[in-house]
Amino acid sequence: MTLSYDQVVAKYEPVLGLEVHVELNTQSKMFCGCSTVFGAEPNTQTCPVCLALPGALPVVNEKAIESTIKIGLALNCSIAPFSRFARKNYFYPDMPKNFQISQYDEPICVDGYVDVEIETDEGPKKFRVEIERVHMEEDTGKSLHVGGATGRIHGAEYSLLDYNRAGIPLVEIVTKIVPDTGKYAPEVAKAYVAELRDILRSLGVSDVKMEQGSLRCDANVSLRLIGTEKLGTRSETKNVNSLRSVERAVRGEMIRHAELLDKGERVVQETRHFQEDTGLTRSGRSKEQAEDYRYFPEPDLVPVAPDATWIETLRASLPERPSIRRKRLQESWAVPDKEMAAMINADVLDIVEATVLLGADPTKARSWWLGEISRIANEKDVAIADLLITPADVAEIVALVNAGELTDKLARQVVEGVISGEGKPAEVVAKRGIKVVNDDGALMAAIEKVCAEQSETADKVRNGHLPAAGALIGAVMKETKGQADAARVRELLLSHLGAQ
Amino acid sequence: MIRSSASEMAAKLIAGETTSVELTKAHLERIAEVDSDVHAFLYVDTEGALAQAEAIDAKRAKGEKLSPLAGVPLALKDVMTQKGVPTTCGSKILEGWRPPYDSTVVTNLKKNGIVILGKTNMDEFAMGSSTENSAYGPTHNPWDLSRIPGGSGGGSSAALAAFEAPLAIGTDTGGSIRQPAAVTGTVGVKPTYGGVSRFGLVAFSSSLDQAGPCARTVLDTALLHEAIAGHDPKDATSINAPVPQVVAAAKSGDVKGMKIGVVKELNGDGYQPGVRARFEESLELLANAGAEIVEVSAPNFEYALAAYYLIAPSECSSNLARFDAMRYGLRVGDTDGASAESVMNMTREVGFGKEVKRRIILGTYALSSGYYDAYYGSAQKVRTLITQDFTKAFEKADVLVSPTCPTTAFKIGEKANDPLAMYLNDIATIPVNMAGIGGMSLPSGLADEDGLPVGFQIMSPVMKDERMYSVGAALEAALLTKWGAPLLDKAPVLGGAR
Repeated sequence: MTLSYDQVVAKYEPVLGLEVHVELNTQSKMFCGCSTVFGAEPNTQTCPVCLALPGALPVVNEKAIESTIKIGLALNCSIAPFSRFARKNYFYPDMPKNFQISQYDEPICVDGYVDVEIETDEGPKKFRVEIERVHMEEDTGKSLHVGGATGRIHGAEYSLLDYNRAGIPLVEIVTKIVPDTGKYAPEVAKAYVAELRDILRSLGVSDVKMEQGSLRCDANVSLRLIGTEKLGTRSETKNVNSLRSVERAVRGEMIRHAELLDKGERVVQETRHFQEDTGLTRSGRSKEQAEDYRYFPEPDLVPVAPDATWIETLRASLPERPSIRRKRLQESWAVPDKEMAAMINADVLDIVEATVLLGADPTKARSWWLGEISRIANEKDVAIADLLITPADVAEIVALVNAGELTDKLARQVVEGVISGEGKPAEVVAKRGIKVVNDDGALMAAIEKVCAEQSETADKVRNGHLPAAGALIGAVMKETKGQADAARVRELLLSHLGAQ
Repeated sequence: MIRSSASEMAAKLIAGETTSVELTKAHLERIAEVDSDVHAFLYVDTEGALAQAEAIDAKRAKGEKLSPLAGVPLALKDVMTQKGVPTTCGSKILEGWRPPYDSTVVTNLKKNGIVILGKTNMDEFAMGSSTENSAYGPTHNPWDLSRIPGGSGGGSSAALAAFEAPLAIGTDTGGSIRQPAAVTGTVGVKPTYGGVSRFGLVAFSSSLDQAGPCARTVLDTALLHEAIAGHDPKDATSINAPVPQVVAAAKSGDVKGMKIGVVKELNGDGYQPGVRARFEESLELLANAGAEIVEVSAPNFEYALAAYYLIAPSECSSNLARFDAMRYGLRVGDTDGASAESVMNMTREVGFGKEVKRRIILGTYALSSGYYDAYYGSAQKVRTLITQDFTKAFEKADVLVSPTCPTTAFKIGEKANDPLAMYLNDIATIPVNMAGIGGMSLPSGLADEDGLPVGFQIMSPVMKDERMYSVGAALEAALLTKWGAPLLDKAPVLGGAR
């Protein structure tokens, strides 16, 4: 029996819950001074503290607390005047202490919300996702299970452990249950994670790269018959590594649950792993028997009691909410929806804004970043931000074009030069000898030369066949090494041939 | 030479009458001579100690300014990490492990030029009151080799009493510095919690553990206290405040006008007659020295032991989880095809002793969901009540006093199979750890019935450690006058040396 999504939502109401883990981008780990840089040689970013050598003690990274408070404030949470770390006890080889320092019954931020807007059959609609808590914890190391069929510990021949990630600061953001989304549950889930990602990025507290695991989402889904109150059994889907996967995972789980329930079977409370290729989930650890983590207050750390004035300073320093900022920019730049979406997708909003703030026209700034520069970035397979060109460079190039000192074509050469590391736009212009030929005398000489060489074509133009002028203009441009203003060449050519 | 106090040794070093190498060699010889009987040391770092001594002598020869105890040797409890030197915590599970880093206490010792002779025996992971729980065999009390030297820091106290070292480092979670000091006729201080860094102290119970100085005189203890104390950014529970002026207090020993509170609940039934007699006598001496003796009550102390045996095992069940064979220490059962889980299980089964397992199980149970509130939660409430008892008592008195423990040293094996009787030995020392205040034990004489040393305990409020040194020094001076010679002169002669 395979149910269609429409059949599922006609009968059942989904209840969502989302847990997002965010790796903070602090320089050092949560409880020691080790580096947090991604991708280093295994076990090179470790010390007695994060390897849990006997006698080592944790010390809280102040910057991580600051980032977490900022996150809480941006998510409209209350900041607890007093919160504590706790130990979550369980044995696993990639967890050096065999307990994780986390926050349990006294988290640092509670009771917030995020509003998201999605397209519905009745037009745009706002959903409020309530936040239960935001708390700090440390990441575990990584296990690599070698020799098994599944890449999991069972059946593996041996396992390798990398503790570089052990102790990286993590923030966990937990929503309350999100009811009343109806058939839009998958879209709401995706929009929430997207909004969260944008907020975190605007705060500058995390790289928020889902594919690298710096933002990880667990989607909890349960179904109940429409019109009933009692919550169904939930599954917890992990390994959801992109926004699209969030949507697919929620949809897939809704269908899977409905099929089980329709068959009169029960949904097992368990962890499930999302499979990127099939869009399905497979069974993981059962949570039927609640594990007893024996939480108790971490005696090696003192309570976190952030100063009220500090909190207010952080609140005052919060950036504009991304959704509001997007609306503001779209209005002030008068950008159509589609273009706006393209900019957001290409992740060039910040860079375009910076370029505009440096005096460039919004349309031109957008077209450079979204056009030529994006093209080069794609070609080189690097992020736009990693190219050598800056908003100041683009603003300068736009200004040069406006001043008539560069043509669009020449400007592209300058952009390419800047990206190749030849220097700032002015330097590239100087080094490459790029110059618009403004000297009519020089242009006339070239025109006369070309007309003499291609006298037949010139005659056609003289006789009023204007399209033929293109070939002559092209030849003049070639003659002047592309440094002439094509419009001026046309003007002079036509008047020279008496065709105007 | 080895029978002098650390300050006398330091004075001779300064006067050029001896060298650190000479002193160190003398102690190494003493260890070689008597430690087969006493078994205070688990590891003697002959080369390291001599190298350190040579370096100090060289500095002194160059006229460099040195710390007061520079060049004087010390015995280090095997629970503190010292780079490159085996650290076992008295456990098989850490056999052969050489830490890659120094504990802050060791860093401070080295900074002060104090020569570390080696690592001393202890109850496994500091769990015990007799040093019988060491996986490497018990330590013997120099006063009577058939008796326990106290615990968990019996190695450190025995080393002092046997003149194998003039200074030692101990750690005190429920009395592990003070009780060994009491039963060996030496001095031991548990500073205010947070006064000495715990970084590099292998944790038993994090909220109770505190490293501290041990020696044969109050002044020596104070000098060592100042050398190791102070704020440490590597320990979040370390107090960021100036170190109490304990050396000045120990030098003046002035108790005129001080109010000394006798804790009603820490005396009487269950305390050996000889212990009570020496206690009363000491009170009289303090009164004669100008102190006012008052009685105070601490009604919640009777719950301290029970609460302690929930909190300490709970924390230890979590602290000792890291000994899993994955990264260091013993590894058992690592055969082809063995899973990580089975290696962990087998290693912990073989590597931990009976008492450690008992406490891990107790703590695991106390923290389990459904039991947490009744056990760990209630114990924390008791802890608050005990702290309040102390606060009230300190309104009436500057320091509080009691016998350090109810009895003198018992026989090796006597209580080994009766954990509860063993636990009761710490009844007077545990409240101090529960409240995080300071506590000292110094010798108050010998019990008439068995001729064994009796300890006198002084307790001072948080970060007022200097008060116990004032009182301790005054009492020590009065007792010395009374005895005419240090108490340890009455101990049997070991190895024939004087």
